[in-house]
Amino acid sequence: MSANLSAFLYLVAGVLFILSLRGLSSPASSRQGNLFGMIGMGIAVATTLASHPPADGVAWLLVILAVAIGGGIGAVIARRVPMTSMPELVAAFHSLVGMAAVLVAAGAFYAPEAFDIGTPGNIHPQSLVEMSLGVAIGALTFTGSVIAFLKLSARMSGAPIILPFRHIINIALAAALVFFIVGLVLSGSAFDFWMIVILALALGVLMIIPIGGADMPVVISMLNSYSGWAAAGIGFTLGNSALIITGALVGSSGAILSYIMCHAMNRSFISVILGGFGGETAAAGGGTGEQKPAKLGSADDAAFIMKNASKVIIVPGYGMAVAQAQHALREMADILKKEGVEVKYAIHPVAGRMPGHMNVLLAEANVPYDEVFELEDINSEFAQADIAFVIGANDVTNPAAEEDKTSPIYGMPVLQVWKAGTVMFIKRSLASGYAGIDNPLFYRDNTMMLLGDAKKVTENIVKAM
Amino acid sequence: MEHAAQLVDPFIFRLSIFVLAVFVGYFVVWSVTPALHTPLMSVTNAISSVIVVGALLAVGVGMVSSGSGWARGFGFVALIFACVNIFGGFLVTQRMLAMYKKKSK
Repeated sequence: MSANLSAFLYLVAGVLFILSLRGLSSPASSRQGNLFGMIGMGIAVATTLASHPPADGVAWLLVILAVAIGGGIGAVIARRVPMTSMPELVAAFHSLVGMAAVLVAAGAFYAPEAFDIGTPGNIHPQSLVEMSLGVAIGALTFTGSVIAFLKLSARMSGAPIILPFRHIINIALAAALVFFIVGLVLSGSAFDFWMIVILALALGVLMIIPIGGADMPVVISMLNSYSGWAAAGIGFTLGNSALIITGALVGSSGAILSYIMCHAMNRSFISVILGGFGGETAAAGGGTGEQKPAKLGSADDAAFIMKNASKVIIVPGYGMAVAQAQHALREMADILKKEGVEVKYAIHPVAGRMPGHMNVLLAEANVPYDEVFELEDINSEFAQADIAFVIGANDVTNPAAEEDKTSPIYGMPVLQVWKAGTVMFIKRSLASGYAGIDNPLFYRDNTMMLLGDAKKVTENIVKAM
Repeated sequence: MEHAAQLVDPFIFRLSIFVLAVFVGYFVVWSVTPALHTPLMSVTNAISSVIVVGALLAVGVGMVSSGSGWARGFGFVALIFACVNIFGGFLVTQRMLAMYKKKSK
């Protein structure tokens, strides 16, 4: 296959990847988009195998073996993973992209002639620059994602780990990294190459451990972005346009998602990176000041009031997913709809553990997507709603974000549930939320607290209906 | 692999593609509906595994020098990782997207 033809086919693959993201602009076109992505990947793989076929039988065997092992593992994981675990799955996948980037660069370093970038020990300096950037970002993505995976899957505490002098350590590591990158470009030595890998691996760990559990949606988006830049770096080394285009797409996608998440939490990107947030939960949980009276209600009361309402807005949060209450919730909504009640769902951008997580969880429970609304689209409707039904959410409904300038979450966009006629709050206890902030909404006159497990309470309401 | 014009360094061509793709990515991703942000992440994950082309090159090198064995080894592991991601990423995205349904009348 001629070099021109293969370069053209890589371009076609890149365009198909753009179309696959474009398809996600609406759920109706999304499935076709995913198909475009698969076709693009098929074209890229076939083009590589046709233009640079594996050198001998052993190489072919290795290719087939690796695809069978990797593909088999991937297919099984994709089928089995529960939707609540999507964040840790995505983090794990990011780590694989990062590690693959490092390994591909290592392969190119030891067999440069196969990649058309020079001969062993004599690689073009420009390729070394591109390679070292790809390797450094890839290694950083790998360890960073592993830590994010451990935190998200609760194999490691979500509390930030703050090392003394961590900024100085990080700056020293970064400086050493630059030193060895320059060294690699000048000398092309294997020692410099592996020092870059080791330093970047260490930097990845140190960057993510101080970031608290509450900021994980930002971290996971940020690592998404990094995995893209790493791929682009390798794409430059290989001179492969499919890889360059994809790396740029994924890099900007992750960056935009990080921005959206930061905006939704009213946090600056810098302060997330510096870390330390989300650790005060335990400390603030106990001492919430004077005891104020909250109005408690029963499932029967809730069922009666809701059946007589004309409009109910449901506000789900991560607590709902943890309690696996989404199916009971949908059952409740179905009964209400039969009674002629208008039911809508309101989703805050950080309602789950990753961007869009809550939408997937509701979709899994067969909630039609045209009943689910984003914050900007539904906030004006709470005033006309008879009932706001808050289940497993807390901080994203806290009026202190708009009213109390001293509150740590002041300025964060929140769902204005308090404007509804009655607010029903399903919660385990009156304790504060993830960010450790008391919610004054619990003690308002139009709030009815339904204490208990989200799933049990919802089931009791369904029974009472 | 690429034999570009002699006057302009091929790097500049690659850089042009890269910069334009960043802009395309910026506009395309803003048009993605927030309801599909999780599938967006899983599908970007899958497509970034197009790094598989590098893994295929590394695992397929001819045994010409002492480094070739290493390159094959690294390429083999990279190929496994990339394939986990390709199959896992596309299939889990497909599974998620299949759940998004419109209101039944």
